Amino acid sequence: MTSWMDMILVLLILPGFVMLGSSRLQACLGALALQGFLMGVLPLVSAESPITARLALLAAATVALKGVTLPKLLEKAMRRAEVRHEVEPFIGFGASILVGIAALAGSFWVSTRLPLPGSTEPSLAVAIALFNIFVGFTLLVTRKVALNQVVGYLVLESGIYIFGMSLALELPLMVELGILLDVFVAVFVMGIMIFHISRAFDHIDTDRLSTLKE
Amino acid sequence: MSLIIAAILVFAAAGLAALPLRRSPKNASLVGACGAVIGAVLGIGGACGILFSGAAEQIRLNWAVPGGSFYCEADAISAFFLLPVLGLVALAAVYGVGYLHGRERSLAGHWFFYNVLAASMALVIIARNGVLFISAWEVMSVASFFLVTIDDEHERVRRAGWTYLVATHLGTAFLFVMFVMLGNASGSMDFDKFSAPAGTAGILFVLALIGFGTKAGLVPLHVWLPEAHPAAPSHVSAVMSGVMIKTGIYGIVRMLVVLGAPAPWWGGVLVAMGIASGILGVMFALAQHDLKRLLAYHSVENIGIITMGLGLGVLGRATNSPAIAALGFAGALLHTINHAVFKGLLFLGAGSVQHAAHTLDIERLGGLMKRMPLTGLTFLIAAAAICGLPPLNGFASEFLVYMSSLSAVSGSHAGAAVGAIAALALIGGLAAACFTKAFGIVFLGEPRTESGAGAHDPSLSMRVPMVTLAALCVVIGATAPLIVSAMAPVLEPLCGTRAGVDAALIQTTISMAWVVIGGFILVAVAIALALYRRRLLRSREVGETGTWDCGYARPTARMQYSASSFAQPITDFFQSVLRTRKHINRPKGLFPAGASLKTHTDDTFTEGIWRPIFCGFGRMFARLHWLQAGSVHLYILYIAITLIVLLIWKLA
Repeated sequence: MTSWMDMILVLLILPGFVMLGSSRLQACLGALALQGFLMGVLPLVSAESPITARLALLAAATVALKGVTLPKLLEKAMRRAEVRHEVEPFIGFGASILVGIAALAGSFWVSTRLPLPGSTEPSLAVAIALFNIFVGFTLLVTRKVALNQVVGYLVLESGIYIFGMSLALELPLMVELGILLDVFVAVFVMGIMIFHISRAFDHIDTDRLSTLKE
Repeated sequence: MSLIIAAILVFAAAGLAALPLRRSPKNASLVGACGAVIGAVLGIGGACGILFSGAAEQIRLNWAVPGGSFYCEADAISAFFLLPVLGLVALAAVYGVGYLHGRERSLAGHWFFYNVLAASMALVIIARNGVLFISAWEVMSVASFFLVTIDDEHERVRRAGWTYLVATHLGTAFLFVMFVMLGNASGSMDFDKFSAPAGTAGILFVLALIGFGTKAGLVPLHVWLPEAHPAAPSHVSAVMSGVMIKTGIYGIVRMLVVLGAPAPWWGGVLVAMGIASGILGVMFALAQHDLKRLLAYHSVENIGIITMGLGLGVLGRATNSPAIAALGFAGALLHTINHAVFKGLLFLGAGSVQHAAHTLDIERLGGLMKRMPLTGLTFLIAAAAICGLPPLNGFASEFLVYMSSLSAVSGSHAGAAVGAIAALALIGGLAAACFTKAFGIVFLGEPRTESGAGAHDPSLSMRVPMVTLAALCVVIGATAPLIVSAMAPVLEPLCGTRAGVDAALIQTTISMAWVVIGGFILVAVAIALALYRRRLLRSREVGETGTWDCGYARPTARMQYSASSFAQPITDFFQSVLRTRKHINRPKGLFPAGASLKTHTDDTFTEGIWRPIFCGFGRMFARLHWLQAGSVHLYILYIAITLIVLLIWKLA
């Protein structure tokens, strides 16, 4: 089972780089959907015990929410706001990928210093979790289009989710569902906000929102 | 104890019940005030039970907060403080129903915070755990902030609320340090396990004095009082000025019990701060034109008298003279109750004046005695009481402080005692002048405005609390000797011993009783003369004629003696402290076209100490303004960098 889990974890690196390196929002959302799908599958393959109804329910909810609903929602917002490209981010796409590589290296280094409780070996899951958190932060800091910031926020949250799963598989179901609900509401609010911002200002460029400061 | 806890729960429930009543201010008032009254009656029942039985009751429950436990105890001191707090809360709530009647805006929030304030004040007084105490203390501060800012559409009110919020939080910061130090040293946040480690007791006392002194309004920490009290609705001012600032006094008293045997210099510091607060408070009160601002400064003055009493008590205990300690502490504690009664009444009276005449500017009021006889009479009783005139209640407590300092004159700290006597005498004189001005200008003479001329006594729900408080002034004054002779159980933990306390109290009450009897005889003679005059006049014609009716063709109400002119000789005398600014436009020539006089007295401490300090901090922080670029991206970057640096620092 662990080999399957390792494979999915390695696959989870891929959408991070896609999001860092792509200027097309459509591609970012596709990567987000892929990431959500992989994360949904993760608890199924990492289970050492047979798959319980509880785990199946959790996996189904994650896939449905992160893999389907949220990307669809954001895509709708994208169409309404009529933006397709991230233009002129603070750090270019090539440089972003370099940042991503540095983040990946840093994550693996941190994971060697941060073994999970109960084991001495560095855990791949911790490295991937940290990588996703770093990617999320990078997207939040460098991208100007509000939609991309929502994507960054979701990636950040996915990293935390993976971290939690590597720590304790048996997180209480209620907690997991609570987190899922939180994210759903947050994205919902952000989606509405993006729509209203674009209606009020004819763009969703958060950089230019700073003119609103006192 | 269970009754007191029940009272707190009733307050909380009433507050929550009032919250959804946004549409109907009338129902919100009804629910909120009923809850406040029921809760207060329950709590007063519980407090009286403890005072009469003399046995402290406690409750100790676990609480998941680190260091916290739900540990409450109601001993004699707590019960003694609960009485005025709950009593005034109930009366002011009844008054508030009438005072807020007819407001269009939602009162749900107001009554919610009013009941939260009541619950948190009661909890502060019975809490015996540092975390619980600080939590209740903060809830109290925040609830009163929202009560002050009910009229937040006025810029003045928002500024007052802000000043209060800053002051109270700075004070809490000192308390926080104090509790953390005590908790670290004794390994528990429960008051009964607190023991001040050697050498730090003095530091803890200073922290307590600053933290609690800010709430109580000791000079120079008083600057929020003259801002916040005038801004709040009158019944809230009454609660805040009458009892909420007393939680600061309670805090000092409680810390004196917790810290155990005091050093003599604590007493010296307390007496000095008391003298400064008393004299400066009444001086600034004299220079005010706003009735509620004037009353707020008088709160500073009375807190000064209370602190003087506490200081003399501490000196007495430190020098092992139970008589001085007992009299000082008794005076301080009794004055706490008395001030709650007459200051509450004065603020309620000011509220009635504002309600009727639509202004609190003393210079624009006048002649209200004939139009609002009940308000005038109750205000007069309270004014006489606050000046310390026998046989009213203010006399009894000031008398105790006098007696305490007189017995300390021959001791080793004669300087403090003589200073206290001189200060008390000066305060008494100035307070009498100040209230002669306030009462004389507002209630006597002729009305200066049209709304003043049409004023009338307020509705029943506003009259009942005023009459009750006025009656309390007289009753407490008349029974003061009895009350004082029964105060020994309350004073015992403060004095550290019971020996000599009873004897000192009883000896003093005998002389006090004679003065009270003399006072009543004087009042009786005055009433008898008034009745005799009325009888003599009954059979005769009594004519009325205009004031100034000889030589003036067109007398107007504006020719009356004004408040500024009344206070001018005294304020000029203290000009070096008050720094009153005058803008005079003198009349010129034989037929002057116009003339005017404007005076303005800023708080010397606000302008001289606090404004420069806060401006300095403002300039310092302005240098960090480049960090606040207004870009969300940068802010997230700051957070990310902080987290990554912390992670690497922890791991490397």
